[in-house]
Amino acid sequence: MRQTPLNAEHRAAGARLIEFAGWEMPLHYGSQIEEHHAVRRDAGVFDTSHMLALDLQGEAAKDFLGSVLANDIAKLKTPGKALYSCLLAEDGGILDDLIVYFLGGARYRLVVNAATAKQDFDWMEGRLPAGVRLIAREGLAMLAVQGPQARAKLFTALPEYRAAAAKLAPFSGAETGEALIARTGYTGEDGFELLLPADQAPDAWRRLLAADVRPCGLGARDTLRLEAGMNLYGQDMETSVTPLECGLAWTVDLNSSREFVGKHALHSRPRRFIQLGLVLEERGGVLRAHQAIRCEHGEGIITSGSFSPTMQTSIALARLPVSAAPGGRVRVGVRDKWLAARIVKPPFVRNGRILVEKETP
Amino acid sequence: MNLPETLRYTPTHEWVRLEADGTVTVGITDFAQNSLGELVFIELPKPGRQVQAGKECAVVESVKAASDVYAPLSGEVVASNQALVDEPGQVNKDPYGNWLIRIKPAATPDLAALLDADAYRKGLA
Repeated sequence: MRQTPLNAEHRAAGARLIEFAGWEMPLHYGSQIEEHHAVRRDAGVFDTSHMLALDLQGEAAKDFLGSVLANDIAKLKTPGKALYSCLLAEDGGILDDLIVYFLGGARYRLVVNAATAKQDFDWMEGRLPAGVRLIAREGLAMLAVQGPQARAKLFTALPEYRAAAAKLAPFSGAETGEALIARTGYTGEDGFELLLPADQAPDAWRRLLAADVRPCGLGARDTLRLEAGMNLYGQDMETSVTPLECGLAWTVDLNSSREFVGKHALHSRPRRFIQLGLVLEERGGVLRAHQAIRCEHGEGIITSGSFSPTMQTSIALARLPVSAAPGGRVRVGVRDKWLAARIVKPPFVRNGRILVEKETP
Repeated sequence: MNLPETLRYTPTHEWVRLEADGTVTVGITDFAQNSLGELVFIELPKPGRQVQAGKECAVVESVKAASDVYAPLSGEVVASNQALVDEPGQVNKDPYGNWLIRIKPAATPDLAALLDADAYRKGLA
């Protein structure tokens, strides 16, 4: 198993370590639910160093990204701006989802998922035009500081980033020294993601903890992103599914004349299902991935489900028949029962607030 | 690992205590709650239900996973700790103080057939 530069810090903080995508990562540090609440109410820090930064440099880098990303790289007009996009196969299936930062000049940085990093690199390298360099930044660690107090606590703990971070608009970043700090995240709360040289990460981590930022594991990361209605690659999306089938139509640029890998397939391939959220309406269990769904329009399946610590009920992301709509009702197969759930439009929770009706309206 | 010497255990991570009135009290072990993580849902059988040794009699679900609880012996459920349904996390805080069900055994309970703390601990190794 690979270890991040913060492995010793996780052990010192009492982490329960698990294997995730070939990495030894913290699941929690005692209470996944308390970690979840810390991010919704205060501030938490995640080690996301298992994710890989890929730098693209060269005159043709922008055109190359325009040809391989489903979202439009031309939207990144000023240095620091970030863009969420899928990387598609020719058949429109999702190879990965990523964030790309425009670093200025002809430099871009992609942050990709751990499980897909190697195949993303190989896939792009195989298509790389002359004059574009693709560099895997294995030496960078990554921290995500998230929550309503993330900003104040980060500035206290790591004042050297304050100047660069203070002026950042949401979904943008700035380089400072060898680091990149960005106002992005995967929790539905305000906060920052910090990419920095691996040897600087343990000290940054320790200073954040000393400023009362709570260490948070993958368990809380999963319930936070689920409440925020954010997809997890390998669960809510995969190579057999198109962005139009998993709630990511907003990230796909189908109307411009730009050609990108997978575009033709998205135009021609029939949409088999849509992604919406579910809220469990009766007691009887917890919604989980792979549970079957029945509704008046047909059948479906849950792709991510858990207990929502903020809503104190079970929620899920689900693939439903294309005619299903928010407000509709479904039954979900939970062990030996078919439990009632209501269809909602994600997100469920953002910025500490519940955005869907918890009870039947 | 907290394993009271006064209790008996099953290989499926239930603890069992023989009460003075001949009923047995059943819960899940510290190891079970620790492996599952924080419980968010508990389903218990109603009093009067017959349970069979080795068969599922209750369900506990954590944020992470669902798990069956198996009856350590056959008999009739005489009580279930419904307070836990509203606060499943109490089991994590005190797995031996927060019992799940009481069973009136169909036959004289043979607790010797269950594991003592040492044997259960060895099974975990």
